[in-house]
Amino acid sequence: MVEATTLQRPVSSAAAAALLSVRDLQAWYGESHILHGMNFEVREGEVVTLLGRNGAGKTTTLKSVMGIVAKRSGSVIFDGTDIGRATSDKIAKRGIAFCPEERGIFASLDVRENLMLPPQVRPGGLSLEQIFELFPNLRERLKSQGTKLSGGEQQMLAIARILRTGARFLMLDEPTEGLAPVIIQQIGHTIARLKKQGFTILLVEQNFRFAATVADRYYVVEHGKIIDGFANSELEANMDKLHTYLGV
Amino acid sequence: MDINVPALLAQLLVGLINGSFYALLSLGLAVIFGMLNIINFAHGALYMMGAFCAYFLLNLLGLNYWWALILSPVIVGVFGMVMERTLLQWLSGLDHLYGLLLTFGVALIIQGVFQNYFGSSGLPYAIPEQLRGAINLGFMYLPVYRGWVVVFSLVVCLLTWFLIERTRLGANLRAATENPTLVRAFGINVPRMITLTYGLGVGLAALAGVLSAPINQVRPLMGADLIIVVFAVVVIGGMGSIMGSIITGFTLGVIEGLTKYFYPEASNTVVFVLMVLVLLVKPSGLTGRAT
Repeated sequence: MVEATTLQRPVSSAAAAALLSVRDLQAWYGESHILHGMNFEVREGEVVTLLGRNGAGKTTTLKSVMGIVAKRSGSVIFDGTDIGRATSDKIAKRGIAFCPEERGIFASLDVRENLMLPPQVRPGGLSLEQIFELFPNLRERLKSQGTKLSGGEQQMLAIARILRTGARFLMLDEPTEGLAPVIIQQIGHTIARLKKQGFTILLVEQNFRFAATVADRYYVVEHGKIIDGFANSELEANMDKLHTYLGV
Repeated sequence: MDINVPALLAQLLVGLINGSFYALLSLGLAVIFGMLNIINFAHGALYMMGAFCAYFLLNLLGLNYWWALILSPVIVGVFGMVMERTLLQWLSGLDHLYGLLLTFGVALIIQGVFQNYFGSSGLPYAIPEQLRGAINLGFMYLPVYRGWVVVFSLVVCLLTWFLIERTRLGANLRAATENPTLVRAFGINVPRMITLTYGLGVGLAALAGVLSAPINQVRPLMGADLIIVVFAVVVIGGMGSIMGSIITGFTLGVIEGLTKYFYPEASNTVVFVLMVLVLLVKPSGLTGRAT
């Protein structure tokens, strides 16, 4: 195993300073210790993917950065401010948006209400027109109950609603889970477009074939720690290791 | 059997009035339960405080009924919000039983304090001048104040429904009822929303108290007597739905009124019999979502 500290080498061509810098992040659910000192960073404009098996701590990492996991320690520096102890509403207002694995579409809200729910935290979010251009299906379904949408449409809605807010740093938890290949492709295109528009994205994925189409860099998570990391250009060279890590 | 139409209509009207109070109170309970997951046993005591507040405003400050209609819900609502911040917020995430016990205890304390100072008998509160007298509807005389209570309650209920089901603020509230963690992670201050929601529910109870003051007098135990029936109404209607609470409240009031006419012996128990039947057939209530 590679020690986390050896991962500090610059692996991306982007020389920009870290937008998110996580140091010794630990987290607990009740008594169970889930994260054992995560160290990683995401630079402005990058798409970074956390890979790892089920239960490795990827989702918990996103939830800890977002402030949803209350019992946590370590430092999380976002845009120059330590948000390691802030509540999730304060963190959201700093410009981080989260799209959960279970998508979190509200059954008691129609599609438009779901879309309009997250308040704007910064100027410069996508307009409804821009969102409908990305996800044309949503325009037709505005009056439908949120959970009446297909799985793919719900995922699009879950991503769409955080693009309105003006947050420039998105955390997407397994956006392709359980979706048909054609939808996965559409979500891949969307992520690529968002990246081109300057969004910074932290992605959790089991499906590294999908991740390979969008990511600049990868971190491998195991037992609540980062155990390896490499750039997309090094993916081929690391394939064998990756198969071992992920057990595929 | 012969039907005595005026007597039947009179009971129907009494039923509608009781239904107005059931609807206002069960609506508040439903909103509070949805957001705080607390079965607010203090609701009856807060309703009573609404009536007393109107009484104090009139007798200490000389502010009439119309002022009380606005100020009383605000004052008691603020009291409720202080209660939420200091007591109820610590119960979030715990079993329903804790909230039930705490609010029940608070209700006993509030009622005890009022009983200590005002005894158990009623204090009079006059019907406001503008709403005295009766209108001849041709088939019956309708006391103006009673008609006012029914219409005003209905309007307040529908406005509350509109606020929750049709506005942006209501969408936030519905979403936070479903998944407060995620709503907070979108940047919405959910704890503040919870406090305001409790204030809203309590304010509705206080409003019902003001409406009731000229009809039922102002008594420390006026809420304790009423709240038992209201909980039965809530069980029958189900906690999940706003419109369900409103419709169930009015309907059960009317059913009670009809029972008073056709079989008066059962009028005090009919709601509870219905509750048992509903619990047997559909435990989540007529309009409730199964949890």
